[in-house]
Amino acid sequence: MEPSPHTAQSNPPVSNVVSNLSERDLVRRSASTIPPPARQLEPVAKLIDVSKCIGCKACQSACIEWNDTSPAIETNVGVYENPHDLTPEMFTLMRFTEWDNPQTGNLEWLIRKDGCMHCEDPGCLKACPAPGAIVQYSNGIVDFVHENCIGCGYCVKGCPFDIPRISKVDHKAYKCTLCSDRVAVGQGPACAKACPTHAISFGTKEDMNKLADSRIKDLKSRGYDNAGLYDPQGVGGTHVMYVLHHNDQPEIYANLPRDPRISPVVNAWKGMAKYVGFAAMGLAAAAGILHSAFVGPNRVTREDEEKAENLVKDNA
Amino acid sequence: MEPDDIETGDAIRPGKPVVVDRYKKGARINHWITAACLILLALSGLALFHPSLFFLTGLFGGGQNTRALHPWIGVVLFFSFAGLFFRFWRANLPKRVDAEWLAHANDLLAGHEEKMPEVGKYNAGQKFIFWSMTTLIVILIGTGILIWDQYFYAWATIPQKRVAVLAHSLAAVVIICVWIVHVYAAIWVRGTINAMTRGSVTGGWAWRHHRLWLKELAERHKFKKPTAPAE
Ligand code: HEM
Ligand code: SF4
Ligand code: SF4
Ligand code: SF4
Repeated sequence: MEPSPHTAQSNPPVSNVVSNLSERDLVRRSASTIPPPARQLEPVAKLIDVSKCIGCKACQSACIEWNDTSPAIETNVGVYENPHDLTPEMFTLMRFTEWDNPQTGNLEWLIRKDGCMHCEDPGCLKACPAPGAIVQYSNGIVDFVHENCIGCGYCVKGCPFDIPRISKVDHKAYKCTLCSDRVAVGQGPACAKACPTHAISFGTKEDMNKLADSRIKDLKSRGYDNAGLYDPQGVGGTHVMYVLHHNDQPEIYANLPRDPRISPVVNAWKGMAKYVGFAAMGLAAAAGILHSAFVGPNRVTREDEEKAENLVKDNA
Repeated sequence: MEPDDIETGDAIRPGKPVVVDRYKKGARINHWITAACLILLALSGLALFHPSLFFLTGLFGGGQNTRALHPWIGVVLFFSFAGLFFRFWRANLPKRVDAEWLAHANDLLAGHEEKMPEVGKYNAGQKFIFWSMTTLIVILIGTGILIWDQYFYAWATIPQKRVAVLAHSLAAVVIICVWIVHVYAAIWVRGTINAMTRGSVTGGWAWRHHRLWLKELAERHKFKKPTAPAE
């Protein structure tokens, strides 16, 4: 297995590095069938430990910086979210929830870093009609390739997490790239590197699972009996995972879905509808061809014309 | 009162052969705008329906243009079809004879039209096409607007949009099938296409396929002076 970066903390290389992610590392390509990749990269993951996050938004700033986006300056409407939602210019967003813990009577301030989960079974990619507009690498990163994007918004309908956003400026879809351009040269994501409390870690999925285990043990020892890892299996697991202190109730974290999976409606649209559709249109066309082959054209006869002429004469 | 199926402009031109005016120029232009829109919509929609048809985006100048144009053509189709609807709806109201006609539909398909009951300007099959198109276009514009994210993103939730896009693609499949039947019928029944190109059919055509309509026109003395006969 080809190595992937193991940490977000290393400094950038000083020599030129060749990108480690290319077309031949693709395991999926939207609206295309592709040969299996020549090699398998180590699966990577970003682990977000919600219990350690202080809501400073350094990750948001780092993401803006690295991706060179410029989210609009908005007005304060009395909540901590800024901007108000994910946008084509803001790939990650701290979502704040004030939660009254009924067991302890404590007010808990839950802060979740929202953004693309890099699903193993990505609904966005399944829905996308444009060849090569969404790709998945063998290390698990799901990336949007903007030059192939047509701006239809199907990925928005396919995603179980409400992540992609379509730009009103260039009509293309945007979301977190898991810093694929950094990972490709041995660097971890900008957001993970910027995080002052190490609430965001990055490495191989295996390492992140281990790190999550130790964090969960620690949380349990401190009274969070339901602490756990959010790596939802309904989408085949994700390459962005959360350590949650209340893993039994993911929805309290700004509506994190309990059991996300690609909607059955999307599956029907992208599966059954295509077969039924082609079959129906094919049958209609075939019926016409067969009918014309077996029953000759329906022609007006000389007799019909005479009958009409007589009718006209009688009434004229 | 006039029967429902005599439309303004319908008239007999005596001669050899008899010629019957069926569609005025306005109706024909209206029809062909609608037809062009429907074909363009089917092509641009199918391009997004399945990857094997994505190449059709080339006809519209690429994927971005296809995505942007399709819904606007849909809007033109909607208003253009509305024009046809208001012209033709009265003549397409169901009548008692339609049930009888349908019961004999097998005879028609087998080539024994002489066993069919006499019908007015439209037979039950044509009425079926008319009302299917009407319903499907309403479904398509409704669901189409819900998935037209460039302007109406906020009009529906994501789960609603999923249902809308599924319904839109299924309705598109059905309307394409209805369209195939419509076009086939127009070709199979020789002399029909003249009605929409020149506006007229021969007396024999009307006698054979829409005898009641021809008789109603004759009885009401809807005559006009003969013109150069249609071939
Ligand atoms: C009547 C107004 C209509 C509107 C407003 C409309 C709108 C839309 C929109 C917004 C989309 C998504 C792609 C895009 O943004 O371009 C779409 C897809 C599509 N449309 Fe329409 N449309 C209309 C009529 C039609 C008609 C008449 C047909 C068929 C003849 C059709 C066939 C399709 C198909 C096949 C798709 C792709 C569905 C899929 O990806 O599974 N549409 N339409
Ligand atoms: S908006 Fe772009 S990425 Fe999203 S489904 Fe459409 S073509 Fe694919
Ligand atoms: S979270 Fe949404 S956008 Fe990200 S990979 Fe999964 S389906 Fe795609
Ligand atoms: S991984 Fe990169 S693109 Fe994704 S949120 Fe972090 S900084 Fe932004």
